Amino acid sequence: MYKIVRKEQLSEKIYLMDVVAPRVAASCLPGQFVIVKIDDKGERIPLTICDYDREKETVTIVFQEVGESTILMKNLEVGDGFEDFVGPLGCESELCHESKEELEKKNILFVAGGVGTAPVYPQVKWLHENGYDADVIIGARSKDIIILEEEMKKVAKNVYVCTDDGSYGFKGNGCDMIKELVGNQGKKYDLVVAIGPVIMMKFTSLLTKELGIKTVVSMNPIMVDGTGMCGACRLVVGGEVKFACVDGPEFDGHLVDFDGAMKRQRMYKTQEGRAILALEEGDTHKNGGCGCGGDK
Amino acid sequence: MQVDMFKRVPVREQEPKVRATNFEEVCYGYNLEEAQAEASRCLNCKNARCISGCPVNINIPAFISQIKEGNIEQAYQVISEFSALPAICGRVCPQESQCEKYCVRGIKGDAVSIGKLERFAADWATQNNIMPKGSEEKNGKKVAVIGSGPSGLTCAGDLAKLGYDVTIFEALHEAGGVLVYGIPEFRLPKKKVVAAEIEKIKALGVKIETNVVVGKAVKIDELIEKEGFDAVFIGSGAGLPRFMNIPGETANGVMSANEYLTRSNLMKAYLDDYKTPIAAGTKVAVVGGGNVAMDAARTALRLGAEVHIVYRRSEEELPARVEEVHHAKEEGVIFDLLTNPKEILVDEDGNVSGMVCIKMELGEPDESGRRSPVEVPGSEFTMDLDTVIMSLGTSPNPLISSTTTGLEVNKRKCIVVQEETGATTKAGVYAGGDAVTGAATVILAMGAGKTAAKGIHEYLTK
Ligand SMILES: Cc1cc2nc3c(=O)[nH]c(=O)nc-3n(C[C@H](O)[C@H](O)[C@H](O)COP(=O)(O)OP(=O)(O)OC[C@H]3O[C@@H](n4cnc5c(N)ncnc54)[C@H](O)[C@@H]3O)c2cc1C
Ligand code: FES
Repeated sequence: MYKIVRKEQLSEKIYLMDVVAPRVAASCLPGQFVIVKIDDKGERIPLTICDYDREKETVTIVFQEVGESTILMKNLEVGDGFEDFVGPLGCESELCHESKEELEKKNILFVAGGVGTAPVYPQVKWLHENGYDADVIIGARSKDIIILEEEMKKVAKNVYVCTDDGSYGFKGNGCDMIKELVGNQGKKYDLVVAIGPVIMMKFTSLLTKELGIKTVVSMNPIMVDGTGMCGACRLVVGGEVKFACVDGPEFDGHLVDFDGAMKRQRMYKTQEGRAILALEEGDTHKNGGCGCGGDK
Repeated sequence: MQVDMFKRVPVREQEPKVRATNFEEVCYGYNLEEAQAEASRCLNCKNARCISGCPVNINIPAFISQIKEGNIEQAYQVISEFSALPAICGRVCPQESQCEKYCVRGIKGDAVSIGKLERFAADWATQNNIMPKGSEEKNGKKVAVIGSGPSGLTCAGDLAKLGYDVTIFEALHEAGGVLVYGIPEFRLPKKKVVAAEIEKIKALGVKIETNVVVGKAVKIDELIEKEGFDAVFIGSGAGLPRFMNIPGETANGVMSANEYLTRSNLMKAYLDDYKTPIAAGTKVAVVGGGNVAMDAARTALRLGAEVHIVYRRSEEELPARVEEVHHAKEEGVIFDLLTNPKEILVDEDGNVSGMVCIKMELGEPDESGRRSPVEVPGSEFTMDLDTVIMSLGTSPNPLISSTTTGLEVNKRKCIVVQEETGATTKAGVYAGGDAVTGAATVILAMGAGKTAAKGIHEYLTK
């Protein structure tokens, strides 16, 4: 069993957990993910690694309650554990391979959407630890779903918060914020890393293409094994079929077929919806997720 | 029991109509009386040709004569000297092209039912808690085995019997490789057979660490340099699915057979109380004609679909075992032979709505001796479908080869080894099974595991 040693509720539907997983904690890098399984009957759920502590041998995961399995997951407490916790899976972020000189020349902007803030955090932190500070936009529908703002401020150069409804920070979505920074404030960026709901990554990539800024996105398709064995996670990038679990999860945002990816994410939507209804038994079902369909 | 020496004792099976709706095992196997009757047909040949037909050279007449005498435990011990997984081999080996093909009885009648007798002895051992004999002494040397499929399990078991301290590293959450994620319950029961056989290997002292993806969580070089393993065996299989690269293939409802079978077998999606979903489909085409295609088709059938096998050659060329094709037909799978997909039709929501196929005819034989299919011009037609399962074969995952220094692979990504020892191009590292041959069979993988165990033993004692 992989024990939970810390649990925090970051917002109404977003939770953070530190899980003891020595082999994963020893080898993981920013950009990679794990697959967790609650018990014998559970499904395999992919989650991006949000932080890790090599000494304490823990890995931090953050998830949003969106489906039956994530509801069961949030009911786990400190002292409980996951039956299975496998990783690190996927490729590390490209940034990990760049030299100090290359990084120093770069202006990087991270765009985090909703629960996507979690996977952005380890990358910003990793850069910080390597002597490089990046700008970060944290965007969400409204104030109560902004997470990790304080943590992010400690490792980023500037953190820009924006909400669709204007309840906190700049009023507008991530794209509006980019336009504000690049257009009005005259900021220059060489790289944008956008992580969040697929629709948000799509529009961010469309905008950055116009602005001529290289863009990396992190895809979260449906997965089963996470090792390249099933092809459930396939998506089209630059006209070629890729397996997100082994070729990704990060891809060039200007090449990803986002519309195709969104269709594939809907594959089990109705089945999952029914399972949730069965679980909530009669409660008025209100899908509070960001609509991304993933559990990230 | 009356025995006709020219005919094998029939084995009891679930009725086709009934079994097409459940996941219980199709074949019930022999009981003691039936097994002894069938065993009495064995001529106990001096120069037993069946043995040379067996990839692990089980002393077949020896175990059969023990069954004849009613000494089932001894029969099991004879088999387990040669094979670590007899209950599995008895069920899934292609005996008709191995041991049974050479049986003298087969010249003038039915060959002795060697597979069913092997299964009987192995099941009897499980039911009576008989364990294989292990080694009394440990030799203090550590061997890492990557992958818990038949090759890894066999290699681990053989090395443990020689006194090695063996740890298996498995990427998935459950041990067994294809035996648990690929081959369905109705052909190979997971708890009763696979888990029980794995328990026997653990009883020899083998440790199994699941959820470890070698190449990601730990590299082979680290296993040797940091974790103190003296040798490594790679039995990581050939798990990478192929697709056809035809239009529409990323639509919802197009799956690899690996995905479909993994959801159903490993994740038990066919049982209500398991959480993993499966879009079972109502009208399903399985593209391909191998064992994997038959398993996917028969699974879809049990999940309630109308199922078509779409295969571009004719029945004679079907690579699946005869028994599997026969069972699939009995259960109601429809065979659309000499048919090849051209395009998958997709509706506006991204779901499969049909598949355009073309009729084929057999042309001249190709290098492999099989007559290669050619399209019949103008014979395109459309099948209405909601699910397409691609079962076109698999290839080895490059994860290990790409993260290990000095390990040579060929152009098909298969690991290159010395046939007699299983040694790779990297000192102390051995490999076998599908990772070396590409997708093959359980027994060949076991044979390779055995060879490598011998090779490793020689390497570590020289
Ligand atoms: C659906 C299906 C039906 C079949 N039916 C038959 C049949 O009837 N008869 C027959 O003889 N053969 C059959 N086969 C073929 C047979 O199952 C295989 O040839 C055999 O299992 C190969 O054994 P293996 O040990 O080489 O690999 P596998 O059984 O593939 O096991 C490899 C294991 O290694 C693990 N692994 C891979 N990479 C890593 C890594 N990096 N780190 C850790 N672990 C890793 C995998 O998760 C897997 O568990 C069938 C195959 C399939 C898919
Ligand atoms: S999740 Fe199965 S191949 Fe990627």
